[in-house]
Amino acid sequence: MAIEYLGLSSVNGPFVVLEGVRGAAYDEIVEIVAEGREKKLGRIVEINNDKAVVQVFEGTENLSLHNTHTRLTGHPMEIGLTKDLLGRTFNGIGEPIDNLGDVAAEKYADVNGKPLNPVTREYPRNYIRTGISAIDGLTTLIRGQKLPIFSGNGLPHDQLAAQIVRQASLGENSDEQFAIVFAAMGVKYDVAEYFRHTFAESGVFDHVVMFLNLANDPVVERLITPKVALTVAEYLAFEKHMHILVILTDMTSFAEAMREVSSSKGEIPSRKGYPGYLYSELATIYERAGIVEGVEGSVTQIPILTMPNDDITHPIPDLTGYITEGQIVLDRSLNGQGVYPPINVLPSLSRLMKDGIGEGYTRADHQAVANQLFSSYAKVGDARALASVIGEDELSALDKKYLEFGKAFENTFVGQGEEENRTILQTLEVGWKLLRMLPREELDRIDTKILDQYYDAVGDETQA
Amino acid sequence: MTKELKIFGINGPLVSIKGQTDLKMGEMVYVGEEKLVGEVIRLTKEMATIQVFEETSGLKPGETVHPTGATLSVTLAPGIVKNIFDGIERPLAEIAKKSGTYIDRGFSMESLDTKKKWPTKICVKPGDYVTGGTILAEVPETPAITHKVMVPPGLEGTVETAVSDGEYTINDTIVTVMRRDDSVVNLTMTQKWPIRVSRPCAKRYPASRPLVTGQRILDTLFPIAKGGTAAIPGGFGTGKTMTQHAIAKWSDADLIVYIGCGERGNEMTEVLEDFSKLIDPKSGRPMMDRTVLIANTSNMPVAAREASIYTGLTLAEYYRDMGYHVAIMADSTSRWAEALRELSGRLEEMPAEEGFPAYLASRLSGFYERAGMVENLNGTEGSVTIIGAVSPQGGDFSEPVTQNTKRFVRCFWGLDKGLAYARHFPAIHWLTSYSEYLPDLASWYADHVGSDFIDDRNQLVAILNQESSLMEIVKLIGNDVLPDDQKLTLEIARVIRLGFLQQNAFHPQDTSVPLEKQKKMMETILYLYQKAKALVAMGMPMSVLKEDPIFDRVISIKYDVENDRLDKFDDYKKAIDRFYDDVIARNA
Repeated sequence: MAIEYLGLSSVNGPFVVLEGVRGAAYDEIVEIVAEGREKKLGRIVEINNDKAVVQVFEGTENLSLHNTHTRLTGHPMEIGLTKDLLGRTFNGIGEPIDNLGDVAAEKYADVNGKPLNPVTREYPRNYIRTGISAIDGLTTLIRGQKLPIFSGNGLPHDQLAAQIVRQASLGENSDEQFAIVFAAMGVKYDVAEYFRHTFAESGVFDHVVMFLNLANDPVVERLITPKVALTVAEYLAFEKHMHILVILTDMTSFAEAMREVSSSKGEIPSRKGYPGYLYSELATIYERAGIVEGVEGSVTQIPILTMPNDDITHPIPDLTGYITEGQIVLDRSLNGQGVYPPINVLPSLSRLMKDGIGEGYTRADHQAVANQLFSSYAKVGDARALASVIGEDELSALDKKYLEFGKAFENTFVGQGEEENRTILQTLEVGWKLLRMLPREELDRIDTKILDQYYDAVGDETQA
Repeated sequence: MTKELKIFGINGPLVSIKGQTDLKMGEMVYVGEEKLVGEVIRLTKEMATIQVFEETSGLKPGETVHPTGATLSVTLAPGIVKNIFDGIERPLAEIAKKSGTYIDRGFSMESLDTKKKWPTKICVKPGDYVTGGTILAEVPETPAITHKVMVPPGLEGTVETAVSDGEYTINDTIVTVMRRDDSVVNLTMTQKWPIRVSRPCAKRYPASRPLVTGQRILDTLFPIAKGGTAAIPGGFGTGKTMTQHAIAKWSDADLIVYIGCGERGNEMTEVLEDFSKLIDPKSGRPMMDRTVLIANTSNMPVAAREASIYTGLTLAEYYRDMGYHVAIMADSTSRWAEALRELSGRLEEMPAEEGFPAYLASRLSGFYERAGMVENLNGTEGSVTIIGAVSPQGGDFSEPVTQNTKRFVRCFWGLDKGLAYARHFPAIHWLTSYSEYLPDLASWYADHVGSDFIDDRNQLVAILNQESSLMEIVKLIGNDVLPDDQKLTLEIARVIRLGFLQQNAFHPQDTSVPLEKQKKMMETILYLYQKAKALVAMGMPMSVLKEDPIFDRVISIKYDVENDRLDKFDDYKKAIDRFYDDVIARNA
């Protein structure tokens, strides 16, 4: 029987201090029982000799300096792993909340994970078809990638994520096992419910593991939620050989929680009050995506974050962008014009796209079409700026063509139905149709040979 | 025997020991039962503080700390090239063999293979007087790099014995040296060197030769010298890593040290895969044969990230001492600066700007000043070129890391979000970038490429600058109202931007371009400009000139003229002459 410590020496926000402890390890999990019934979990975040600072996940309410029994568990935060986690729902620290009882774990694993050795990684190359043109065509999602959605409050990021899940997971390659790990950090009840509903409706619920930390759940708890979720994802991917799509929403709440906890710990803030280790902390989450050499299975991450005040230079989206392999940026004005999904393609990017598309993956002209669409759409911006000064009528014929192209691009390429699932060939064909609106000499990013093959080939698209 | 050292407190990567100790500043220690590697970073009468280069979870107060007496050092011997190390020179491939997919803790393992027998050619004989830097032996480390085993700096004496040519491990004694005081030193192929101390050299030379990268915007517009320093700042997605990869692949350095400091794991894998496949045009061997990788990905411990930069730098200096031209790619120095900030915060030091410690500037200058073209102790010539990526927060160049870096580098390749959004790559902006090496390198360009190279280059820059001021007007009133000569300037600037500055890293011909072709391209564009200007001066309107496809033909020279078919440029010159005559004939 482990020693129980009676009482605490201080309680401050989410932290309690325990004195006179022996043999406590850094990062160890402790169990605190208040008044003999309420059990809480905490993590040792600092030790000075026999004094341990413990961060309590469920909040420190009801704890007094005298009414607690604390027990050291002797191990860091762990979660029980088994394939039976699929179809279950848990709270932010991995305790079941679906009334289906405890999970019989096959093994336990440290939720902090360990860094994947770059030598044993496999460079991701297989693309995932999402059926969304703006993503498939211009910011292709690759298996093993981490591709966040940068959104704002009130934008349809949830719908977009749900559509990706629906259309990507139910692909034709049914011999490969897909599953979804969904982690909600500080999201509204309605959002969690929306996802649950979508998963159930599209019949994938028995392939989903949900971790829910809702907006009114303890803040400290959500610091651990993504780690728990990713531990499960890694287990299912690399030990059970499934292809896992991890949705993390909302990373902004996670970072806010870090700031809150850091400031109550009295740490020196760096930018906008966030702790100096925000980058490292985000990286330990995002870097847990990937493929391991010689092992079937993959972890693909789609974190969702809401940019405070739609500001892409805010520390959270900024640091995220430096870690992740690209980003999909949603745009308020496109949303206002009724374009769904309102993806602003110019700042959007997929770093892994270049090696996962083209001959043998999608189609030989894919990269060229994507480059040209980007470049031409960037020119639309210039034409629009000019039009807003001198009026549309005064524009040159070419600039007018660009305006037309821009409109059509937003409506037919970016815009598509919430249920619409386009094949990659359909996407490329829409792209060519748009490019044909422009004079051939304007298409400076496409090799002459490809232009010969596709630009003049009107009417051939039905074959594709 | 001093008393046993015990852990007192633990806070993230920092561990403290109570009481006065005999530890030295910068000393390497092993912490706890798992023997995690650490370094002493602060000493007071009451407390010694150690930064630990590995995850500290599970450490307990009371566990022992073992001092080593030596400062944090790297092992220098054959086996470094073609290898991939973590931030403190532990071989990641060996770690993978032992601990599998994930990186475990507490591996005290040799940095280099001590079992492997290297074919060795001994270069000294008994009786030779040797000093620090003298080459003792040569080992073919990879087909591209011959490793030169040298006398460690600071040692001199007479060779007593030397083994004969043969196969030796890096720990076998190959030469014994008798010092002046008659003490005998056994020399192996291995040297240890503290990472935070720069290796000595005989003399530093001024910059005189460019590092040719095959990238037009760099070689022609903003060249960097061998032994120079450059910074590549840019927000995310602007192509810092792509630019560094391109330089690592195509530059004419003998050896590349690629430091992935706090960056993505997949990127390191990409480098590993790509460089093993790509063939170096100079040696005909895989690029990996001349590459050393240091990988501290963003999820690896933060203290090792701080050290990784110095580890890479020390390895580079070691190869410089052998007479090689080494280029360091540090991606990214901002992550290193943030590691400093993180540790400084945990040490509760007074923060300066944006939470960075006040010594950020001096650390940066200390890093960049270790670059240089030098005469080595053994009389050979070598250089270390440092190219550091900077990841400014929010893409804002006014933040402390970019600003302080700017003070210490002489080349600034500013990446631009707008260009990246329009997929203009490399997205190096020609108006914000500069190179202070241009005057130093002018004579080299005149001797090796052409006497008018710098003039031509200046003309290009002038046209681009004119374009930018004209665009101010165009943005307000459209370009229809501009006079024809200004329209021509805009058109030629377009040709320069698309045909010259833009370079397609995925196109077999365009990914790397020899200087001769760069010069010919520049000449062709300027020739077109000159002819078109003459036409405009005769009163020909731009609309007539643009009817001819010559402008677009010149733009696609980069694809249409192969790098080894420079004779094709004559056709372009003729085509421009024909265009000139045609326009006159049709409109006269």
